[in-house]
Amino acid sequence: MNRFLSVRTIIDWLVAVSGVLVTVASLGVLAVLLVDVAQDGLGRLSWQFLSSFPSRRAESAGIFAALIGSLYVIVLTALIAIPLGVGTAIYLQEYGRRSRWSRLIEINIANLAGVPSIIYGLLGLALFVRAMGFGRSVLAGAATLSLLVLPVVILSTREALRAVPSSLREGSYALGATKWQTIWNQVLPVALPGMLTGIILALSRAVGETAPLIMIGALTYVPFAPDGVLSPFTVLPIQIFNWVSRPQAEFVRNSAAGIIVLMTVLLAMNGIAVWIRDRAQARSRM
Amino acid sequence: MNVRVTLPTENRSDTTEKFVASHSPKIAVEGLSFYYGKVRALEDISILIPARQVTAFIGPSGCGKSTFLRTLNRMNDIIPDIRVEGSVLIDGRDIYEDSSDVVELRRRVGMVFQKSNPFPKSVFDNVAYGLRINGMVDTRSELEDRVEASLKAAALWQEVSNRLHESALSLSGGQQQRLCIARALAVEPDILLMDEPASALDPIATQRIEELIHQLKDRYTIVIVTHNMQQAARVSDSTAVFWLGSLIEYDRTENIFTTPSEKITEDYVTGRFG
Repeated sequence: MNRFLSVRTIIDWLVAVSGVLVTVASLGVLAVLLVDVAQDGLGRLSWQFLSSFPSRRAESAGIFAALIGSLYVIVLTALIAIPLGVGTAIYLQEYGRRSRWSRLIEINIANLAGVPSIIYGLLGLALFVRAMGFGRSVLAGAATLSLLVLPVVILSTREALRAVPSSLREGSYALGATKWQTIWNQVLPVALPGMLTGIILALSRAVGETAPLIMIGALTYVPFAPDGVLSPFTVLPIQIFNWVSRPQAEFVRNSAAGIIVLMTVLLAMNGIAVWIRDRAQARSRM
Repeated sequence: MNVRVTLPTENRSDTTEKFVASHSPKIAVEGLSFYYGKVRALEDISILIPARQVTAFIGPSGCGKSTFLRTLNRMNDIIPDIRVEGSVLIDGRDIYEDSSDVVELRRRVGMVFQKSNPFPKSVFDNVAYGLRINGMVDTRSELEDRVEASLKAAALWQEVSNRLHESALSLSGGQQQRLCIARALAVEPDILLMDEPASALDPIATQRIEELIHQLKDRYTIVIVTHNMQQAARVSDSTAVFWLGSLIEYDRTENIFTTPSEKITEDYVTGRFG
């Protein structure tokens, strides 16, 4: 073996080893976080905790209102953001002509994805809560979070559409398919797994958002579950923040338990997404 | 090089004249130029393509033969920034005039691509797709009959009849390409455009495609682009030679390969370049 070969073999080995190290480091931080939260919160998790409303006494307080509020908000956000985002992406990617104008729109959407969430909160407060008269409601919260996640949904959907090979489109056009027939029958099924990945990531981000919801006036003390889209509400992160800022140690334990609930919700969402994606992938591999 | 050539070239032989007389043109192209942005890819092409015959386009890479093929079913329309001058008449109607329906055109002018591109669906659904989107069948049994007939026409039925509901991607390369031909035949085109249909296949699969082309020319007008000179000689009735975006010679295939009138044609078919 010559010297050159041995040098590049060493480099290869170094890259592999450092890859393992950075992976362990990031997973390690996550593990520490999980263990810490579990130590504080697991003991507090119980049916009573899940089914009770907030209370002045830590031991009888529960997360029910926030859990239902979060589920309400996220379902509504999905219902608003997915049709809007996917529709926009399909238009921009498949129908829109390449022009200076469309490039401008593209750059702006990418920029919107980087706007701090509190700015969206301000917009939601002015637009949905005040101007459109939704009040401090689930609907106003979901609409605000929809604005927040729309850019991510649009960008990831476009990315997924772009990854569909043009040979597939040509094959469909060559049989006399219209543009929409081609998109609906050939492009979307192939793009679906990629689209879902982006959408779920976006919705997961929305579940964890606190600032814009505080901005539009989601309440921190809500002794009831929302009973409609115009009902006041709170969400898990706000409830957690509320508990963690109390001086009593019992409330801090409550917040740790709340974090476990929030992470379970996130995990469930991701699990469902992976399941749907795998099914879609299996079908599109047909 | 700017000779205007239509079928056939000057009175070369009796056979040529008989050939023209006995075959009405299916496609008549007049003064066609094609631009990608500002780049001219095709220059003033005029050609008459006879019905129910195999016409081969040959020429070195980048000579414009594929681009020209794709102007015949307006497949280039999906590329941004293109421009077409001149006219392409199919059955006497200009496919580039404003009232022309490009979706209907592509149903009538089928296309098979260089790289086989079956849809990631079952064998059955690949063939059924065109029938469904064009609303050509009413009942399930009619659909099944048409799918079977198309697969038989593409000489694929025997190999796939018991795996119709398996993925098309599990077929071999040659089978996939014949599936793409079956898919194109299902929607009952008059014309079949083939863009180097065998260039990615092994010799045996290539032979099967060529045999298929022979069978199909009784019913379809076939235009085939090929890099393979022997293939052009084997399958085609007439051959057009492209060079640098121009059509430099067009004649009966045996004339092209035995007594070409252009020096470039002679050099190309004898393998001196290209």
